[in-house]
Amino acid sequence: MKKLKVGILGSGNIGTDLMYKIERSPLLEMSVMVGIDPESDGLKRAKNRGYNIISNGIEGLMERLELVDIVYDATSAYAHKHNSDLLTAKGKKVIDLTPAAIGPFTVPPVNLKEHIEKPNVNMVTCGGQATIPIIHAISRIVPVDYAEIVATIASLSAGPGTRANIDEFTSTTSKAIEVVGGAKRGKAIILLNPAEPPIIMRDAIHVLVEKEGHEEAIQKSILEMVKEVQSYVPGYTLKATPIFEGKKVSVFVEVNGAADYLPAYAGNLDIMTAAAVQVGNEMARHHLQLEKEVIL
Amino acid sequence: MTLNILDVSLRDGSHSVRHSFTEEQVRAAAKGLNAAGVRYFEVSHGDGLGGSSLQYGLSATDELKLIEAAVSECTTSEVAVLLIPGIGTKKDLENASKLGAKMVRVATHVTEADVAAQHIELARNLGLKTAGFLMMSHMASVEKVVEQAKLFESYGAEIVYVTDSAGAMLPNDVTEKIKALKQNLQCEIGFHAHNNLSMAMANTVAAVEAGATYLDGSLRALGAGAGNTQTEVMVAVLEKLGYETGIDLYKLMDLANDVIAPLMQQSQEITSSSLTLGYAGVYSSFLLHAQKAAKQFGVDERDLLMKIGQMKAVGGQEDLIYEVAQNLTR
Repeated sequence: MKKLKVGILGSGNIGTDLMYKIERSPLLEMSVMVGIDPESDGLKRAKNRGYNIISNGIEGLMERLELVDIVYDATSAYAHKHNSDLLTAKGKKVIDLTPAAIGPFTVPPVNLKEHIEKPNVNMVTCGGQATIPIIHAISRIVPVDYAEIVATIASLSAGPGTRANIDEFTSTTSKAIEVVGGAKRGKAIILLNPAEPPIIMRDAIHVLVEKEGHEEAIQKSILEMVKEVQSYVPGYTLKATPIFEGKKVSVFVEVNGAADYLPAYAGNLDIMTAAAVQVGNEMARHHLQLEKEVIL
Repeated sequence: MTLNILDVSLRDGSHSVRHSFTEEQVRAAAKGLNAAGVRYFEVSHGDGLGGSSLQYGLSATDELKLIEAAVSECTTSEVAVLLIPGIGTKKDLENASKLGAKMVRVATHVTEADVAAQHIELARNLGLKTAGFLMMSHMASVEKVVEQAKLFESYGAEIVYVTDSAGAMLPNDVTEKIKALKQNLQCEIGFHAHNNLSMAMANTVAAVEAGATYLDGSLRALGAGAGNTQTEVMVAVLEKLGYETGIDLYKLMDLANDVIAPLMQQSQEITSSSLTLGYAGVYSSFLLHAQKAAKQFGVDERDLLMKIGQMKAVGGQEDLIYEVAQNLTR
């Protein structure tokens, strides 16, 4: 079966972790890693594994477009629009892992197929990927007036991009809580914890539902959703029993990563990159389907 | 020598009254602070701009309304706000600035100053008096505190605070850290205390003697945990030590008696749970949430707080309280 060729823009924590996950995809072929620092760990690793590397950023990639069908952008919110405009103008699909969010939000267990034909889709944020499925699991049972998430990640897992984009993280996540999660109003908070050994990514999800009740149905819906997320992030678990207090529902999750690049505590990397691979796989499936139809 | 006293009753006190400040209360307090000659006072949700949330407590009145009300009562005093990147955003700061806030303290955990670069830059561009606030300073070494303070200074902070959010520091630790900052930075140095170990006033004196020139306090110690250095006491003590504060002590006492005391929901004495905060090194705003969770799950709040201290929770991680409380019942 013909695989779609993948380029990764940005050789930092997210881009490097993504590379290892692409390797395992039956539908995607890791082709090129694009960075701006030839000495970066990500570029060195890509080179050692036999992939093409480009060390002069998007300009370099634009000269080698034959290497890619899909480009994952793991640079920064500030660089993303420029990158995406250049690539989509040449007919390349772009999956955005920055919080720039110029394309529609995709959270696989909620709307994997919805935007698959769009030139650019956005993966929200790590906190969004970890929490929006739960908010959706509640809002599919009972209308949600307000949902708020608090993501706590290990300091070591937050690279310079994440640190410089902290406001974009909160605004993009809040918006996706509404658009994808189905809450009337959303809010997001992110905390960095420097403890040694590093803490595992954890997320609190607090929701105000329109009406009290439906506790059993909500519990069941949450458990089903957890299983669904586990299908691509096996270390995604409920940390405590959901707490119901009047109209308020609080859910706590922990995300253990697959330790592809950073150790398992950095579940925030995994949930982003694993979700992005789901989207790439779906694009590949869709592409093959189209090709088949043309041949027939 | 003149010292700058910054009163945090209307921000840190927000924790203590469960974020229930009304416009009327804020007006009365602002009027009194202005009349007493307090140069700066802070108004925000306890967790800073944008802090109103289910995690920390929803504000009964929008903090922007409270800021606007406070500003309108000031003739000489200036309103400060707190901003914790990750909770509040640049947009929140712009809104507060438009309403007349003149100072901002941008706060991060003591090891994470680099998330605040953009916010400090924006604050300077807005013409605000700009400070960096190193929360949970007890958790880091002197070297780390200096390194992070230098980052704040490099972004444009005019003051850097050593912030004892857990009320866990002892005077020698305060002296050492403030002295090191004084030696390594050009900007002014501030200190923010919590009284969980009854050290707030002693630590404040240690900070002043080591070179701090910006000092936080709250009236009747209305702040998270056992509260902060009590502003009216601090004014009296500093005067006795020969420092100028420019504050009218009697007017400040009257304000504490007439406006602050009536709105307090509990006394600010050091209870076994606030003592445990300082002992375990837990962020002071965890207190009321831990008391509630302890009751809800039938566990000892001291065990709960000790465990959270061992887990090295940072400010803002109140969600841990419920998880740990559930686990303690197993």
